[in-house]
Amino acid sequence: MDDLYRENILDHYRYPQNKGHLENPDIHYHDVNPFCGDEITMELKLDGDRIVDVAFDGKGCAISMASASMLTEEIKGMTLDEVKALDKDFILDMLGIEIGPVRLKCALLSLKVVKAGVWGLEEWPE
Amino acid sequence: MPSITEIRNDFPILQQEIHGHPLAFLDSAASSQKPVQVIEAMDQYYRTTHANVHRGVHTLSENATAAYENARLRLARFLNAASPREIIFTRNATESLNLVAYSWGRTNLSAGDEVLITEMEHHSNIVPWQLVCEMTGATLRFVPITSRGELDFEALDDLLTERTKLFAFTAMSNVLGTINPVAELVEQAHAVGAIAVVDGAQSVPHLATDVQALDADFLALSSHKMLGPTGVGALYGKRALLEAMPPFLGGGDMIREVKMTGSSWNDLPYKFEAGTPAIAEVIGLGAAVDYLNDLDMDWVATHEREITTYAWEQIHQVEGVRVLGPGPDRRGGLLAFVLGDIHPHDVAAVLDMEGIAVRAGHHCAQPIHDHYGISATTRASFYVYNTKAEVDRFVAALYKTKEIFEF
Ligand SMILES: Cc1ncc(COP(=O)(O)O)c(C=O)c1O
Repeated sequence: MDDLYRENILDHYRYPQNKGHLENPDIHYHDVNPFCGDEITMELKLDGDRIVDVAFDGKGCAISMASASMLTEEIKGMTLDEVKALDKDFILDMLGIEIGPVRLKCALLSLKVVKAGVWGLEEWPE
Repeated sequence: MPSITEIRNDFPILQQEIHGHPLAFLDSAASSQKPVQVIEAMDQYYRTTHANVHRGVHTLSENATAAYENARLRLARFLNAASPREIIFTRNATESLNLVAYSWGRTNLSAGDEVLITEMEHHSNIVPWQLVCEMTGATLRFVPITSRGELDFEALDDLLTERTKLFAFTAMSNVLGTINPVAELVEQAHAVGAIAVVDGAQSVPHLATDVQALDADFLALSSHKMLGPTGVGALYGKRALLEAMPPFLGGGDMIREVKMTGSSWNDLPYKFEAGTPAIAEVIGLGAAVDYLNDLDMDWVATHEREITTYAWEQIHQVEGVRVLGPGPDRRGGLLAFVLGDIHPHDVAAVLDMEGIAVRAGHHCAQPIHDHYGISATTRASFYVYNTKAEVDRFVAALYKTKEIFEF
């Protein structure tokens, strides 16, 4: 399971990192995946333009939750510009699994949310 | 009656392995697979007969037109329509419902009127009514569902009034499986002077349908859910209603005369078939109708009830499973369920690794999911080619899913 549900994914799903909320976050963003109803909130605490603390909350499948959990670990300590430069391949490398086009949306939701927050978007442009 | 093995042998797609397991296709409610008879009818048509229909006088065009119209005739008989003129080919059930909303709705609805639908509708039987109500000022109302996943008939009595101009409902829910009492609902609609629009997308593939016995004013269906190709659907409509309606789309084939000052409309059904239709697909649909007739729709319904009852019993052995909708005696061949708090995507992904295809999501029916306070379900659905052995594999895979995700 052989492939999709590797131990690292299941670990993050079972024991998510940085799950919850921050007090007075500097950046807060929430979005849903309309295809399946997954939803994720990301909160960031900044020192200058560097991320010093991260929290996520949400509900969804193992792929979207594990991806969000891993992403919070990755971006802690990054600058906002570094986060802006993250892309799909970064997430796929981070997850270390092959994903079809449908599940890719689940995997990318947390990145989409955090980037929207970092860019200061009111709404994700369609 | 052919054996299930013979039936399965008619479906080339089923003869394959997925992730090292024989494919168990339990997603026919989304779209069914196609027998060789359908595939070959379309292939033959392209190899020997293709030309545009209703246009040329050359031999191919005559033959293509005959094959196309013959498919209409077979579908009309399959539904027991009074005339093939009452069968309009569309792209799918969605377009059929939109045709009624735009053509009948925009002409006949105005402020103060009500359109009644139900909480168990597919989005394709919700959104067109929302749009047409917005355009005309009519009000959209919903019949609620009970905790058992059936229509709330008491509420229906109050909601159906002389203000109701149109009542649209599904004959079979694609999430709850609920089979609605279509003839009674139609009668109730008629009693207040409303027309009745039946979404037959899920029922026509699985239950014998007699539009005259049901007295339905309109009925929508999709070919791809009834062993036919994608890209074609149909709208049945009572002739008098269709005659009185303006065209839906304008273009070639649907006109009698085009003058610079205006045009007049062709006879039924062509008035509603603008442009070159999906000829090969219509012919494929005709072959699918033949295939279902050969199997016999009563056999189809009996076979599915057997599988569904068995699946209902087996799935309830799995702790943590909650199936939406009524018991197996009052449902069609599908089970939508939640498994503990494991996300349906994860359930479906584990099943896929076992070669079992099920659907996960809201199945284009968000209001039902909202009603139950859940965002998604996993759905297994059954058709003529499914077996109890596949149900066993499906249930075994649910245990495996629990092993992976429950801790
Ligand atoms: C009950 C019901 N109505 C309508 C539709 C729409 O069918 P199509 O997408 O082929 O237009 C579906 C398809 O899932 C359905 O299940």
